[in-house]
Parts: sequence; structure tokens; C-alpha cells
Amino acid sequence: MTDDRPPMRRLFEPRTLDSIALVPKIATYTLLLLWTLIVLFPLYWVFVTSFKIEVQVDSGPYYLPFVDFWPTLDAWDFMLLQNNTLGPYLNSIVVALASTCLALLIGSLAAYALVRIRFQVKVAAVLTFVVLVIAIIVAVVALDVPWIVALGVAVALFLLALATFVRRFKAAVGNNDIEFWMISNRIMPPIVAVLPIYVMFQHLHLLDTQVALISTYTGVNLPIVVWLTRDFFAGIPLDLEESAEIDGASKFRVFFTIALPLVRSGLAATFMLVLILTWNEFLLALFLSNANAQTMPVLVAAQNTTRGPQWWYMSVLIVIMIAPVVVIAGFLQKHIARGLLAGAVKG
Amino acid sequence: MSRREATTQPAPENPNRMSVAAVARTETTTPESRDEWLDRNSGCIMVLPAVVILLAFAIFPLIVSTYLALSRFALVGGSFKLTFVGLYNFRRLLFGVQQYHLLGTFKPFDWPEWLAFGVFAALMLAWLVRYAARAFTVLGFVGRLISAGLATGLVLAWLGTLATGAYEGTLLTTCVYVVVGVLVQFLIGLGLALLCAQPIRARNWFRVVFFVPLMVTPVGVAYMFRMMADMQKGPFAPVSTALGLGAWAWATQAWSARLMVLIGDTWQWTPFMFIVLLAAVENQPRDQLEAARMDGADAFQIFRDITWPAIAPVAATVVLIRLIEAFKIIDMPNVLTAGGPGLATESLTLHAFIAWRTQDLGGSAAVGYLLLFVSTITCVSFFNYVVRWTRRHQ
Repeated sequence: MTDDRPPMRRLFEPRTLDSIALVPKIATYTLLLLWTLIVLFPLYWVFVTSFKIEVQVDSGPYYLPFVDFWPTLDAWDFMLLQNNTLGPYLNSIVVALASTCLALLIGSLAAYALVRIRFQVKVAAVLTFVVLVIAIIVAVVALDVPWIVALGVAVALFLLALATFVRRFKAAVGNNDIEFWMISNRIMPPIVAVLPIYVMFQHLHLLDTQVALISTYTGVNLPIVVWLTRDFFAGIPLDLEESAEIDGASKFRVFFTIALPLVRSGLAATFMLVLILTWNEFLLALFLSNANAQTMPVLVAAQNTTRGPQWWYMSVLIVIMIAPVVVIAGFLQKHIARGLLAGAVKG
Repeated sequence: MSRREATTQPAPENPNRMSVAAVARTETTTPESRDEWLDRNSGCIMVLPAVVILLAFAIFPLIVSTYLALSRFALVGGSFKLTFVGLYNFRRLLFGVQQYHLLGTFKPFDWPEWLAFGVFAALMLAWLVRYAARAFTVLGFVGRLISAGLATGLVLAWLGTLATGAYEGTLLTTCVYVVVGVLVQFLIGLGLALLCAQPIRARNWFRVVFFVPLMVTPVGVAYMFRMMADMQKGPFAPVSTALGLGAWAWATQAWSARLMVLIGDTWQWTPFMFIVLLAAVENQPRDQLEAARMDGADAFQIFRDITWPAIAPVAATVVLIRLIEAFKIIDMPNVLTAGGPGLATESLTLHAFIAWRTQDLGGSAAVGYLLLFVSTITCVSFFNYVVRWTRRHQ
């Protein structure tokens, strides 16, 4: 088909919806390539720096390996073979994978229940609970009561309250309120929570273990999982689940065999997001881990020594930290956008 | 949010109470198998792990932090001692000797400041009055009162410090990061998404590449930008020399240092905006696009009347997610400038972190708490006024 429009219109206006005219095309490519450059150049610089030695970094910028400096594997050799990098790397892998899977399991279970089952929790019960928790903390911290005693008394009082006066109050919170409460926990800055969590693990003798990091990250990321997965579950049709339930399948069975597979795209996106967040988390890891459970971000920061940042070592670490995430993201790529969209549309 | 799927299960009032009741019934009346019991209480069992974890890692720390914020921490011979001091930590931060750190050093107002403040306060008042006249609920009004109060307070602090060139505190610095950072990231993300949604080749390639910065650890990004911004041996040193800046010390000037922090933050977080907005742009109704094209609408009209309304709810939600995270910024200023020059780049989380390092645990918890207040009010306000609004008007 020939294009018989005047030349100016041919330059600026596309012929169909699936084509693009010349001038907008050039502008689009230029801008996209510009941002590509902005994205890639810092990464390129890190990559190149990982093949430099101290002198080559200190004596001014060298850009091209083999052309204006001679690359060496010194930093890689030191970081991978001589320094204990494998330990933190394994820690990071274990912590990130375990806590992501845990958060995904617990969070999607809760989200599913909140979407499909109606809850009513008495306000009076919640208030009693909060008062008792505060009482436990005051008793333990200020009055030196052993915490097991305080906990026992509190549980007894709570059950007593449930059996007696809580029944009489009508006010109750529903699913929306529970959901809002769960999601709003994400607003809390980690710096507020980190010290009590530190003290808690100190008392449990779990400081500097993978368990401490896994459980903390699970707690921190649970709100995001609930937030995203609740919408995936709300979006799947009810019929399948209902017919399964009529056939006698339990709620758990329905969840694991019908609901979860239906939302796998969304789960993949959530998995990726939570994995990235835990894999890269620094502040909590700094507080909760030391020599044994140290994770990679802490190790990266540790390359900033008294002699100044050891850029070449740091670069090696950053490169080996990005690599596995990029590989996983490549596998899950087509799910990510779709999943995140489904979550964000209905929010 | 759709409630259509809520089934007509008997409403369990409370996990514990239900289980108590169920156990009682098993003992007295009909015998019930374990599976039936499990199924009947499945809702509670499904939610319970999440509730327990959130209680342990969010609510419990929150209460302990309250206690810390209200007390003074002191090391006494190998152990520590907490003394209850009431609101002393907060008073010190808001009105006392630490005011310069949190809020800044105020300059006395001149008439332009008074005028700007008057206009803003009048706007807030008009907004409240309009709400009260149209649809009044006590809860809604109190909520708006709190939002308006925070906004007015922030504007007052901004006029007293930043706008007149005086030193601002960590609260306003954090707000600068949040407002400017999120806005810039949103605009770039939206622009890239619109460009990437054009019928061009290599779309998938751009999509993958643009996603990468999100995967780099924030500490790593911070050091990376410190390396890039080194004007003596970094890659831009020749550029700086050519421009006659020499070894330009950006870290010694307040605004250039803040700009560096913002650049790093934007580099890292634009992909998040981009990836979600791109999905939303690609999801817009195609028949409407074609019809508008037929009718000869230009690109701007199509964006304003079709694309923007279609993506607004997603845009609002993605901005909300970013708002929540943006308030927590610490790695970038900590690594790039360590909060300097002076306090110019110190964020609230960094402020709390530094207070913690100097063993002022009470002060650290108090700063954390103020951050929690500000971010909670901002995020809940944004959700109620913006996110809900876009959803209603879709």
C-alpha cells in the first residue's frame, strides 16, 4: 500500500494505531536510549571497577578495559577465594528465600481467608488484648516480674475476659478493618521496631542467627503480601471453589489446589518484589546480624574501611549480588508486570 | 473493594473464643472429628499465623518503643537503666535544645511569609468548611482536621526555615526527599511508560533494562553513586574539569548534596513506577483509542481524556506505595554524605539512627515515633483523599 498523504503529515502522523511516524519514532528512541544510558552507565562503571586494582582507581578515571587500563582479577580473587564471602552469600540466599516463601505462604493464607470468610472481632476483645500486652511489658520492664509469669497471668486474664464481659459488647471490627490494620503495619519505619526486636532476640538467645533474620523479614514483608495477594484472590471467580466445597473439599484443600494455582501470576510478581526487598535489606540486618548471620548488604557496607571505601572489592560484591536477582527476574519477567498491575488496579 | 465474595459463614468473634467454644461443644454434645473442627475454624487458623507474626514484629515493638520514647536510657556499670521521663524526649525535640535538629532554626517571619502562611491557612480552613457543609461525619471531620493540622505545621516550618534560607531540620529534609523524589520518579516513570507503550521495536529489551536498578541493594546504589560523584577520580571528573569546576565539592553545599541524594533515589526507584504504569498504559481500552484517532484527536487530547482516566487509580496506588517507602529513606544520605554538610541531608530515620549510635535511645525512639506519626498521617490522608477519589471517578 502506498502512502499518498502529504509529506509533513507522513512525518508526524502514524498511518495506523500499530505504527509510528518518523519524527515521534526518532524522539522516542532517543529518549529511551538516553534513559538506557543513565541506567546502564553506573552499572557499567561498577562492573569495570571490579576489574581494577587500587592504583588504577586512585590515579584517575579509566573507562575502557584493555584500552586505557589493564583489567585484573585481583579483586575477584580476593573476594571469592581469600575473603569469607561465601558465608554471607549463603546467609543471604537462605534468609531471602526462606523468609520470602514464609511470608508468601502466611500472607496469602491470611489474604484468602480475609477475602472469602467473614470475620467479626469484638472491639472489647481487641482492647482487652492491647491493655494486657501493655501490662505485660510494664510488669516485665519496670517491675521486674519474670516474663513467663506475666505471660501466664495475662493469658488467664484474657480468657477470663472473653468468657465474661466481652460478650456483652456489640461493637465489632470486620474484614476491611483487619485488612487495613495488616497493611498499615508496613507504614511503620523499621527504625522504630528494630531496637525492641533486637532486645527480644537477645532474650531468646537468637541474635546473629538466620532464624532471627528470617522471622523479622517475614513480619516486615507480610503486609505487602497481604496487600497484593488479596486482590488476586478477589479477582478469581467463586464458582470453582464453591463446587469443590460442595464436593466435600476442606477450605485448606480448596486454597492449595484451586485458589493458589489460579493466582500464580500474581504470586510470581509478589515473590519477586518481596525477594528483592529481603535480598537487599540493610538496616535490620545491620542490627540483628554480626559475624555468623551477616548478609551481603552488610558485607558491602563493611568494605568502607578506615582507609576509605575499597571500591574494587565493593564492586565485586555488588556485581555478584545483582546477578542472581537478574536471572530470577528474567524467568519471572512476563508475570511481574501483569501481577503488579492486578494488585495495583484494585488496591 | 468488593465484598461480594464474603460467604455466610457463622461469624467467629475471636480466634481464641471460637476455639474455646468449639472444645466445649466437642466435650458435651455431638462428637466432632478433628477434620470437621479444622474446617469449621479454618478462617481463624488461616489468619492466626499472620496476626501472631504482626503482633510480634509490629505491635510488640511499637509498644516497647513507646516506653523507650517516654524514658531516658543510661548505662550504669555494665548494665542499663531506664528512667521514666514522660514527654521529655518529645518536648526536647519539638521545643527544647534539640529543636534545631528536628525542625530547624527558625527565622522571624517577615510580611511575605505571613502572607503565604495566611493564604495557606485560609485554604485549609475553606477545605474544612466545605467538607463540614457538604457531608459531615465526626470521624471524617476529625481526620481532615488532623491532615490540615499537619499540613499547616509543615508549611509553617518550611516558611520559617527553608524558604527564607535558614537551616531546616531533619523533618523538612525528609519531606523534601519524599515530595520531590516521589514526584520526579512518578513523572519520569510515567514518561518512560508512555514512550515504551509506543509501537516500537525492542520494547521488551527496554523493559528489562529499565527494571534492573530496582534489583541493586540500596546500600550498593548509594556507594555506586558516591563512586560516580567523585569529582577527582570518578567518571565525571574530566567533565567537571572541562566545565571549570575542578574537583567540585558538591558535598559541601546543602542543595547540591540533597540533589545527589535525590538523584540516587530516583535512579533506584523510577523502575518501580515505570513497570506498574507501563502495565496500566498497555491495559487501557484500545477501542476508545482507535475511535479517538479516527476523530482526529491529537496525542495530548488522547492522553488527557482516555489514557489518564484509565491509569489514574493505578497511578494513585503506586504513588501511595512509594510514599510509604520514601519516608524510610536512610541508606542514600548515610552513605553519600553521612547527613552533611551540617544537617542538610539528614533524614528522620538517619536522625534516629545517629541518636541511637550516641546511646540516646529515648531520643531515637521519640524521633522514630514522630516519623511514624508524620508518615501515617500523610499516607492515610493520601489514601483517603486521592486514592479513593480516583477510584470513585473511574
